[in-house]
Amino acid sequence: MTSMSTKRITGPEIEKLIQLLAKVPGLGPRSARRAALHMIKKKNQLMAPLAAALSEAAEKVTVCSVCGNADTVDPCSICTDPRRDGATLIVVEDVADLWALERAGAMNAKYHVLGGTLSPLDGVGPDDLNIRSLVDRVGAEGTSELILAVNATVEGQTTAHYITDQLGDTGVRVTRLAHGVPVGGELDYLDEGTLSAALRSRTSF
Amino acid sequence: MEWHDHGIIIGTRRHGETSLILEVMTERRGRHLGLVRGGRSRKLQPLLQPGNAVDLTWRARLEEHLGTYQVEPVALSAARLMDHSSGVYGIQLLGSHLRLLPERDRHSELYRAMEVVIEHLCEPQIAGPLMVRFELRLLEELGFGLDLSSCAGTGVRNDLVYVSPKTGRAVSRLAGEPWKDKLLALPPFLAGQPSVTPDRETMEAGFRLTTYFLHRHVYDPRGAKEPDERTGFVSAVLRAMDAGEETVA
Repeated sequence: MTSMSTKRITGPEIEKLIQLLAKVPGLGPRSARRAALHMIKKKNQLMAPLAAALSEAAEKVTVCSVCGNADTVDPCSICTDPRRDGATLIVVEDVADLWALERAGAMNAKYHVLGGTLSPLDGVGPDDLNIRSLVDRVGAEGTSELILAVNATVEGQTTAHYITDQLGDTGVRVTRLAHGVPVGGELDYLDEGTLSAALRSRTSF
Repeated sequence: MEWHDHGIIIGTRRHGETSLILEVMTERRGRHLGLVRGGRSRKLQPLLQPGNAVDLTWRARLEEHLGTYQVEPVALSAARLMDHSSGVYGIQLLGSHLRLLPERDRHSELYRAMEVVIEHLCEPQIAGPLMVRFELRLLEELGFGLDLSSCAGTGVRNDLVYVSPKTGRAVSRLAGEPWKDKLLALPPFLAGQPSVTPDRETMEAGFRLTTYFLHRHVYDPRGAKEPDERTGFVSAVLRAMDAGEETVA
């Protein structure tokens, strides 16, 4: 009888490092192996500072009790920033969307992170998202405009309509992001739905 | 294994970083799932939205495998649906309803009914009665069809205004008079007058009728609760009716 056991080429510590790195989005087992090897080669310049940074972040990172953002302080840096316009609230699905909007730097508003979208297929209902806290926040903070910056998917827009329904009596102005032609986009390559939405949302030139 | 069919997308689920699992109501093979490689790409994501009609090629080594889909667009309705609350709630509700059926079980009539409902989902006053009819058809496909053709007591075929909650059969005004408090109202658009535009009261009666039988035969025995998107859809339809009535007044 022959055994198919694989030969071990590194110690268990390095194997564990590779296995954990392979769980990072964008990395597979092969690229995780390359990343681990790179860190081993740059032990003092990269591996040790990275380990310290990871340890510190793991110890301090928390979810903001006001908006749901990830930060090392609670309330988060955005919620406590006095230069931000507290009357405008941008609602996003995820922290990644918040970071994307901050990179764009188009608005100096505060945010609210829902933590996902309503998804019957995945069993995500209103109670699984930060919708109740959003409604309470709008009432408590005297928000004048709520911008729904959710994805242009059916699930994202269902969530947007649900939030609008929940805010029915508050009198807050609810707006949403425009759907249309992306910068650098060629009309010939756009789907019919996006083109129709772009035509419906056309503006004076 | 390989087949080709038409279908309407009713749901998607992420699979890994680049692919997704597509849930489609097909014309000849019922509700069927399959993997779309690269389905989360910028090119494919607008196409793979619930409500869009597509041509499908499904391939797998064995029939019981999940298999992979190759998808070609036919009619992209998702962007239109997203603009209206009755549209987004409606397409999500249709998906929830179809998930009550077993996978890969042919329901061609429901498929055709779904095509009609989707076409009118952004017109709440038409979508409401169509959804009620769809729910009655769904109950029928699940084996709990209502008989609204003649009176359960007298056999007459006109002046049917009630439904018996026990038997699911229509009851005429005369025969139901003594028990009218215990009977469910049968809206005219389900009683042989499909062209009658429902008002708010008859629309509510229509939803109340299907709500009762969906709970009795489907949700309660399965220990499931009514989906939130149904509440959203009903509210959107009734709200639109109120707004319409105010405009007319």
